[in-house]
Amino acid sequence: MRLLETALGSPLLNIIIFGVFVVGTMAVVITVTRSGQKSAGEMYTGGAAFSGRQNGLAIAGDYLSAASFLGIVGAIAFYGYDGLLYSIGFLVAWLVALLLVAEPLRNTGRYTMADVLSFRMKNKPVRMAAALSTLVISFFYLLAQMAGAGGLVSLLLGLKGDLAQNTIIVLVGILMIIYVMIGGMKGTTWVQMIKAVLLILGAAIMSIWVLATFGFNLSELFGKAVEVNNDPAKGLVAQAGDMLLPPMSKYGSNPVGFISLSMALVFGTAGLPHVLMRFYTVPTAHEARRSVTWAIGLIGAFYLFTLILGFGAAAIIPGGQQAIEALPGKANAAAPALAYWLPGGDLGGSIFLAVISGVAFATILAVVAGLTITASASFAHDIYNAVLKDGKADPAKEVKVARYTVLVIGALAIVGGIAAKSQNIAFLVALAFAIAASANLPSILFSLYWKRFNTRGSLASIYTGLASSLILIVFSPAVSGAKTSMMPDVDFAWFPYDNPALVSIPLSFLAAVIGTYTGKAEFPEKQKEMEVRSMTGAGADGAIAH
Amino acid sequence: MSTQDDSTSPTWDKSESNLPPDHWPLPEISVTAPLKHQPTAEEFAAVAVSPEFAELKHRFKSFAFPMTAVFLIWYFAYVLLSVFARDFMATPIIGNLNLGMILGLLQFVTTFLITWLYIRHANKNLDPIATKLRSEMEAQR
Repeated sequence: MRLLETALGSPLLNIIIFGVFVVGTMAVVITVTRSGQKSAGEMYTGGAAFSGRQNGLAIAGDYLSAASFLGIVGAIAFYGYDGLLYSIGFLVAWLVALLLVAEPLRNTGRYTMADVLSFRMKNKPVRMAAALSTLVISFFYLLAQMAGAGGLVSLLLGLKGDLAQNTIIVLVGILMIIYVMIGGMKGTTWVQMIKAVLLILGAAIMSIWVLATFGFNLSELFGKAVEVNNDPAKGLVAQAGDMLLPPMSKYGSNPVGFISLSMALVFGTAGLPHVLMRFYTVPTAHEARRSVTWAIGLIGAFYLFTLILGFGAAAIIPGGQQAIEALPGKANAAAPALAYWLPGGDLGGSIFLAVISGVAFATILAVVAGLTITASASFAHDIYNAVLKDGKADPAKEVKVARYTVLVIGALAIVGGIAAKSQNIAFLVALAFAIAASANLPSILFSLYWKRFNTRGSLASIYTGLASSLILIVFSPAVSGAKTSMMPDVDFAWFPYDNPALVSIPLSFLAAVIGTYTGKAEFPEKQKEMEVRSMTGAGADGAIAH
Repeated sequence: MSTQDDSTSPTWDKSESNLPPDHWPLPEISVTAPLKHQPTAEEFAAVAVSPEFAELKHRFKSFAFPMTAVFLIWYFAYVLLSVFARDFMATPIIGNLNLGMILGLLQFVTTFLITWLYIRHANKNLDPIATKLRSEMEAQR
């Protein structure tokens, strides 16, 4: 217990192995970026297209962020069954993307969601709205990654206390900005692929190790987790072990909150800007389909591992849930702490911990880079060029704007990361999912499948979804009024559920319908053309490389 | 399916194609195939009312929409049972694995299954028509 409260493993060894990972990924990024610049011609002749499998790996890399690894494992270690909902929702959500969104989007768009919406609606207002929602969603997603990075590095360095953790978040933020500035999208995509393999392998090894400890008997693993945390010195609350297996250990007093979360998870994925962008990195709809299939396979396998890792953390880490709660990063530290204790601590544990943390950090770096690039591209392409400059911006200036945007977003993410550092990352990401599901999904689905849908409906839906989900988050227990809030000392919460999806998603769909019927039908020939394009892929762009 | 025959040049939105070579963090644009015929608005309109396209639309929608309904109902049934039938879901089935856990793991199974069914459906029933329409449109002069 003493050891756990200060540091896991040896800080020096942790940092050395960890540093190797950071430098290694940086080297990959620089190599890939340089080679791209040297042979610019190759980019124009066929080096551009990522195959479906490569792209599927990159999607898995994007999607399996710190939230999936650190956040879900922590949620399952603390709340068992209720934590499993994250894994199920995050996976099932891919069916929305596969069945309804990925292929038509690939066939009709260029590289942002705004391209699809503006196809048959008024260009400027729709672009503006879509770009704003992209920026907000990316910010919430980033905030979660920053919180995870801060906790992870503090854990490795054995730092406790607010000042130390805040300093770490600032430093990590600066490192990430440098990384994005050097790397760019192409480098990031390669890091995503490599990291997806490392992360899934790492999780697989840990899961097999955990299962082997219990004779490959899942039931015995669960039993041990229950037994350990029923000890009042170990469980988070009295009889915490008994609460792991049945539903509603976290949401027992607030079951509607669970339903709200489940809606955010299943409808969010197909509205996430950085996921949508990945459907454009393949040359055809057929490859888009293949990449989503690969992604579903990889992501599904990974989420099965999180179930084992979560219960493993609750069962194996000496001191149970209380020991995890005492670590920097709290629940988010469950997976790294499990890596330390699986080989029994000491030197072996230190090495394994540092390697797993290195993978987790590479994960965060790559996801942050991808998000930052999505957001800055959206600002420069959709707001600066298309809206402010009528699509006639000086190209060099557009690039400059995109780069400044990276700096601004980085700074905002640092501030947000500090505010959110003790929250579970999976929970934070679920907020980004709720905003994506509310602001983006209705417009995407209606513009693809509803003939009558028009500019007013789309604007009404995006702004209603954006505003309602943001307002409800601000006045929810996630921000104030509860012990676990970002601001626990004040209470201005009047919305009882910590995720807004239950209210904001239906509101946004309703706004889309009302807006559409009060507005005029517009561009019927464009609607027909879009329908043909989306179903056949005729006239679609070829390969677009990131 | 080859990737080459699907590639054409961008013609309806050139806003990014004049960016300087080193233009990150904006995504790179590149064209991997020679220019193809870009279907005109009239050609799109003609295909939109053709019986083949109607058949394609029908085949797509008659699979994707009911299947979406199925997996959403199944998912929310699981969520609602967890919330409102806690004791039922806590019934132990295999050792410590309770009914809720088993149903949760079945969500994984059905997700994989639906993915496989969709791929099979799209390859067999959608791609032939879509490819035919596309190549006809892009070959027209």
